[in-house]
Amino acid sequence: MNQLKRKQTEWIEEQSVSLEFFSEEPITPLHQKVPLGDSHKTLIVIPSFNEEASIGQVLNDVKENVPGTPILVVNDGSVDRTAQIAEECGARVISLPYNSGYGVALQTGYLYARKHNYSIVVQMDADGQHDPACIQDLLNAVKNSAVDVIIGSRFLGQNTYRTSIARRIGMFVFGKLASLFCQERVSDPTSGFQAVKGKAIDFVASDHYPPDYPDADFLIMLNRCGFTIREIPVKMHPSKINKSMHGGPQSIYYVFKMFLSIFVTLLRKKPRI
Amino acid sequence: MPPRIRIIAILICIFLVAYVFELVRRRHLSEEYSMGWLVAGSLMLMLSISEGLLVWISNLVGATLFTSTLFFFGLIFLVTICLHFSIRISSLTNQVRTLTQHMGILHSEKQSLEEQIEQNSLGQNPSKLEKL
Repeated sequence: MNQLKRKQTEWIEEQSVSLEFFSEEPITPLHQKVPLGDSHKTLIVIPSFNEEASIGQVLNDVKENVPGTPILVVNDGSVDRTAQIAEECGARVISLPYNSGYGVALQTGYLYARKHNYSIVVQMDADGQHDPACIQDLLNAVKNSAVDVIIGSRFLGQNTYRTSIARRIGMFVFGKLASLFCQERVSDPTSGFQAVKGKAIDFVASDHYPPDYPDADFLIMLNRCGFTIREIPVKMHPSKINKSMHGGPQSIYYVFKMFLSIFVTLLRKKPRI
Repeated sequence: MPPRIRIIAILICIFLVAYVFELVRRRHLSEEYSMGWLVAGSLMLMLSISEGLLVWISNLVGATLFTSTLFFFGLIFLVTICLHFSIRISSLTNQVRTLTQHMGILHSEKQSLEEQIEQNSLGQNPSKLEKL
């Protein structure tokens, strides 16, 4: 099985090398650290699935707040006009052939970022929940510190974000677990509003990334690999359309998966990147 | 073991082994996946035919009924093969995910290249440029 995996990785690396002429800059292999010079190459990654109602507004707000920064929309098999609207707004669009889930779409953005040598990736949601005005805060925090991952937390500072009691309990428990194992306060482990830099981008693009629900388990994994994380307060609006990833019967799976994933993450050897 | 259940067990095992061979012959089942079925089918066949072996194994595992021995090993085989399939499905899911992601990225890059070529070819003779 390991041999098969190694062969796959080799094949993918070979393809990346043969496609080098596609990218403007040479591709950095996974094991090399991306240098962070004065000029940071930043990419904003927005995974989206059927977000035609909000994507246009989100993209315009992002362009207004961080002008000139390339935006990548990963269209996760939407059946509406999400991809067209994103293209019309000037974003680069990667369309996945079918709906693969939030984590897979997000990781696709990181794979693209790694391939094209981006040194900072800001990830945010397409449903208008994350305030684009806070992107600059995330960028400043990640640029002006040695921290690898900055998480925008909706529960720090003066925030009015309201959610259901069940979700709050879940976030509290997993936040406490993440805080315990990361030795860093984590109040919002499910936040999809993050800025990631340098080698941490390679880590997200690697096989170690949990592709279904990248939450507390992933933060613990990051910490075990020596990456540093920090939270900063951000403004979040309640999602206009209620389509949480953790609702209904899936929430039972989510809780089970998260406990199991945290447990096995602690049992595993530290991944080498 | 009563002769009736013995004959039924032998017939089922022969049918299973023969059917697996036929599936492999028709290329409906790959050799890799046929091995487990053939080994399990053959072992069950041996246990059904040889009463001495069945008695010996039943004593070994502590089964009071000989049919329980057959069910016991049948169940072990089914659990093993289900676990094996779960591992294969996990591996295939990961492979499909990687393919999907790389396909999406390559498609986007291809489109971008086509657009660049189209822009560059404006003013040139388009017939000289081959469409990607």
